This record gives sequence, structure tokens and C-alpha cells, in this order.
Amino acid sequence: MNRMMDTEPESALFNYCVALGDDSVVLGHRLSEWCRNGPFLEEDLALTNTSLDFIGRARMFYAYAAELENEGRTEDDIAYLRDCREYRNLLINELPNGDFAFTMARQFLIDVYDMGFFAGLAQSRDAMLAAIAGKAIKESSYHLRRSDDWVKRLGDGTEESRERIQNAFNQLWGYIPEMFRMSDDEQQLVDAGIAVDRCALKANWESTVHTTLKEATLDIPSENWAIGGGRDGMHTEHLGFLLAEMQFLQRAYPGQKW
Amino acid sequence: MNQQALPLFEVFIRSRRGLDHRHVGSLHAVDSDQALEYARDVYLRRSEGVSIWVVRSSDITASQESDVAAFLDPMDDKPYRHATHYKLPEEVDNM
Repeated sequence: MNRMMDTEPESALFNYCVALGDDSVVLGHRLSEWCRNGPFLEEDLALTNTSLDFIGRARMFYAYAAELENEGRTEDDIAYLRDCREYRNLLINELPNGDFAFTMARQFLIDVYDMGFFAGLAQSRDAMLAAIAGKAIKESSYHLRRSDDWVKRLGDGTEESRERIQNAFNQLWGYIPEMFRMSDDEQQLVDAGIAVDRCALKANWESTVHTTLKEATLDIPSENWAIGGGRDGMHTEHLGFLLAEMQFLQRAYPGQKW
Repeated sequence: MNQQALPLFEVFIRSRRGLDHRHVGSLHAVDSDQALEYARDVYLRRSEGVSIWVVRSSDITASQESDVAAFLDPMDDKPYRHATHYKLPEEVDNM
């Protein structure tokens, strides 16, 4: 543990945990939207299981953030009582599900990223982050097994499935650079041995993604556009609608429990 | 995706080491690899097992109702095929 530092890095660590929780809860919520809408029963359950893994991950990050902050907030307060601009998730997580191909293409890009990211975080000097990462890696390796499989099936499938998943990757490509861009606060935590250097993950991520896309007979989209800002609270128009649904109950009936 | 087009698989799960795989149900999947993954998601969500088998339902050859007379009935009157039919000598006692 490395918590006996001055206040500045302390709040940087809090922000870091919240941002990681935001990535997980937003994607977890998106995946939960597939519940009862899956293409068939087995896939419906698999998507929902994956959703629960991400929501569970968010709970751990939020609970730890609340503990660090030590002001009496709970994980639920952090999830339900912040507005768009306070959310720090990477934009790729909040994009609407689109069709099944889009959901799976997004999932694949994130799963490959998560494998690298959590392998790094498992080495963190912060024991709690390392423990959360250890659990996340096991989940992500299963998620990746599924999403990698679907990318290949759809890419090397019918004319329509190939077109749909190629379009999905084309639409997602500009959200990738943000995944590997570090903030100053984050860099401080990297220097302290706590956070993961996301820039350093890109080479491995690229080679894994390219290998699968090639095997799926898909084209690697060109990098001619990029959108970012999620880590600064600048979001797409989609996040507000997501939060409105996710937070409705606590906003309408504050403190409601069941 | 048209589920009717997906083949059916039977799922067998071994709940603990040392036990046999038991039939737990069936599911639809594109192929056996995917069936294994779905078996995990459909039947192993609460750590019900340590090992999964899946087999294409169409690969199972099953006895038919009409075979009962020839297959199963003849065993009914052959008690000597059970160990309990034989009296043990006193000296052997509990076997």
C-alpha cells in the first residue's frame, strides 16, 4: 500500500478509481440493455453475465474510492448521484449498442484492452487495485474468448454479417486513441507505481486486434479521425440518456432502498 | 439469427472431482466450441461444476420405447444377475 502521501496524489488516486469504475458501470449498463433482447436465449444469458461482471467491477472501484475519500459516501452515491460532466469513462463505453455486431466489435476492442490493462494493474503497488485487477483478468479472458470468437464468425460469415461488423469497426475506430492517452494526474500515479501506463499498452493491443481482424477477413479501418474527452467529463450526447435511465430511481426517490 | 437453424447440444456437468458427468440440459449453438461457452453461461453461473462436456444431440443414439420388450424386460426374471441373489458362507461375513 502506498497511501501515506500528501493530499494531491490521494485525490488523484480517488479520481483514478472513479474513472475506472465509470468505464465499468457504463459498459455494464449498456450490456444490460441486451437483457431479453439478445439474439437467442443462450447469447442473452452470456451478455447479461458479462454485464454483471462489469457492474461488479464498478462496485469494487467505487467502494474503494469511497473508502479513500472517507466522507461517508457509498458506492451507490458515486454511481447514482453524479451527472454527465462528473462521469470520467472513456467514450467508447457509452456508445449505444447498435446491432449485435457493433456490440461485439466494441466488446472485442475493450476486452483486448482490458487484458493488457488489468495485467498491468495487477502489478500495482496499491494492494486493493492489484486485487481487483486479479479478479478482472479472469473475467476478461473469458469475455475476450467470446468476443474474439464472434468477430471471426461475423467477419468470416455471411455477406451481411461481414458488412455489419466491418461498419461497426469503422464507426468505433476514432474512439480508440482516447483509450491510450494519459492525463497528467494519471502519469503521476504511474510514476508512483500505482497506475498503468496506457500508452505502453497500445503496441500489444494493436497486434492482437490486427491479428483477429485479419483472421476475420476484415479491413483495418484508417486512423483519420479521433474523439476524446471522456476522462475530462466531456461526453457524447448518449451518456445523458444512459444515466437518466440508470439513475432514475435514486433521482426520483432519493435514498430509496429495496 | 434463426435459432431453429442452430444445432442442439446436450450438456453434461461434473459437479465435483471424483463424480461422474451428469446430464443437466440442452442448448443451441453454432458448433461445439460455442456450445461449451454457452454451457458455462447457462448452467455454470453459480459454480455448479468443475468440468463440462457437450455433445451434439444428433450424435446420441437412444433406445426406443418400442425396444423395451427386447432390451429391458428379460432382466426382470434373472435375479441371479444380482450379487444379492447369492448367500455368502458364514466365514465371508460382510462383503
